Amino acid sequence: MFDLKGYGGLLLDGLWMTLAVGLSSMLLALLLGLLGSWAKLSRNPIAVWFADLYTTVVRGIPELILLLLVYFGIPTLIQDIAARFGHDITINLNPFMAGTLAIGFIYGAFSTEVFRGAFMSIAPGQLEAAKAMGMGRSLSFRRILLPQAMRFALPGLGNVWMVLIKATALVSIIQLDELMRKTKIAANATHEPFTFYFLASLLYLGLTIISMLVQSRAECWANRGVAER
Amino acid sequence: MEFSVVWDNLPKLLQGAQLTLEITLLSLMIGLVIAVPVALMRRSKNPLLWMPAYGYILYFRGTPLLIQLFLIYYGSGQFRPELSDLGLWGLFREAYFCGVLALTLNTGAYTAEIFRGAIQAVPAGDVEAAKACGMGRILIFRRIILPKAIRLAWPMYGNEVVFLMQATSLVSVITLLDLTGIAGRIISKTFAVYEIYIMTALLYLAITYAIVFLFKRIEKRLNRHLA
Repeated sequence: MFDLKGYGGLLLDGLWMTLAVGLSSMLLALLLGLLGSWAKLSRNPIAVWFADLYTTVVRGIPELILLLLVYFGIPTLIQDIAARFGHDITINLNPFMAGTLAIGFIYGAFSTEVFRGAFMSIAPGQLEAAKAMGMGRSLSFRRILLPQAMRFALPGLGNVWMVLIKATALVSIIQLDELMRKTKIAANATHEPFTFYFLASLLYLGLTIISMLVQSRAECWANRGVAER
Repeated sequence: MEFSVVWDNLPKLLQGAQLTLEITLLSLMIGLVIAVPVALMRRSKNPLLWMPAYGYILYFRGTPLLIQLFLIYYGSGQFRPELSDLGLWGLFREAYFCGVLALTLNTGAYTAEIFRGAIQAVPAGDVEAAKACGMGRILIFRRIILPKAIRLAWPMYGNEVVFLMQATSLVSVITLLDLTGIAGRIISKTFAVYEIYIMTALLYLAITYAIVFLFKRIEKRLNRHLA
């Protein structure tokens, strides 16, 4: 169907890089999401304020601007601050790190809301019962709260992942050699941009469809102890 | 931090914001025109109707917008002779046309899915009651299903509008001078990287929450009979 002119391997390399940057961003997003939801549900007003600021700001700014700000802005900012204190330093973020930081930071805000909803949907009696059994705070979080919350969080987190993996295409703009950028190289070399961009879009579509299937399997697995309604 | 750089370039940034809003509005309106029939096709039982709608929605929601943009802007070059024969090459050569086309097709798919969900969520009892009153199919759709579906879809549509507005920042990659594009150009001249990007981010933030505020106000109005 497609004459790849020997560029198929290049696209596959790019696909692996897309998965790598996607998975590491997702990991960061999950950590930030847990931290953010914990802050939002805490009784500490400063923590609540910071978490609200985080989700409000991130949802109001385009991903591209945040990515450019992290990749180009942060090194310059640190250098300027260092220069003010009389240090002459040069900082270069590599694209993989900048991409992971930016994408993870953005989707951390979305997972914060997912986790917050999940934690809130657990009956307070569960935690009171754990307390009555003599469980400490961290033990009751690990054994009671988290396992039940994960079941509620799974559909939302699946959506976050599917939006996130598509957002990684943006990292090509800061020259990370992922699927999108490898595709550009192949498209320019062969003068067949439509063929290659279309093929790459099918690879992304494949990732989305596989993710959808895995998600529905995972939801079945997570709900196996719950009676069907 | 050089605040004077930000201040001096604010008028240019606002000009860019104007293009951002223009592209957003244009794509939204054409996208809505596509979305309504696609949503209805998707609900049809005829495979000739629902299958193309399903494929369209799956493709445009399942692939990155950036690739859709490149597919139209760079990909059209591969079909230059054919497009020239049809007299369409003049359009596809323009970044503005390609940008709006990609955003329109993208938001059309997302909006169709929102609208389909809303139509499905209209209680069956409402439709049965209308049938019992002797209303025809078209009258039921116009008087019962549509008003209810719009109220149900409204908050989700507001989210889609916010996402689309932010997604327009991608057109800067195909050389358009929207808010993001202008910011990049100013930075390449002044080297005030974070100052300009932070100001740009603040402008996007302001537009986002203006949209959110507007949609909340209209939502209240749409549901005023429920208060």
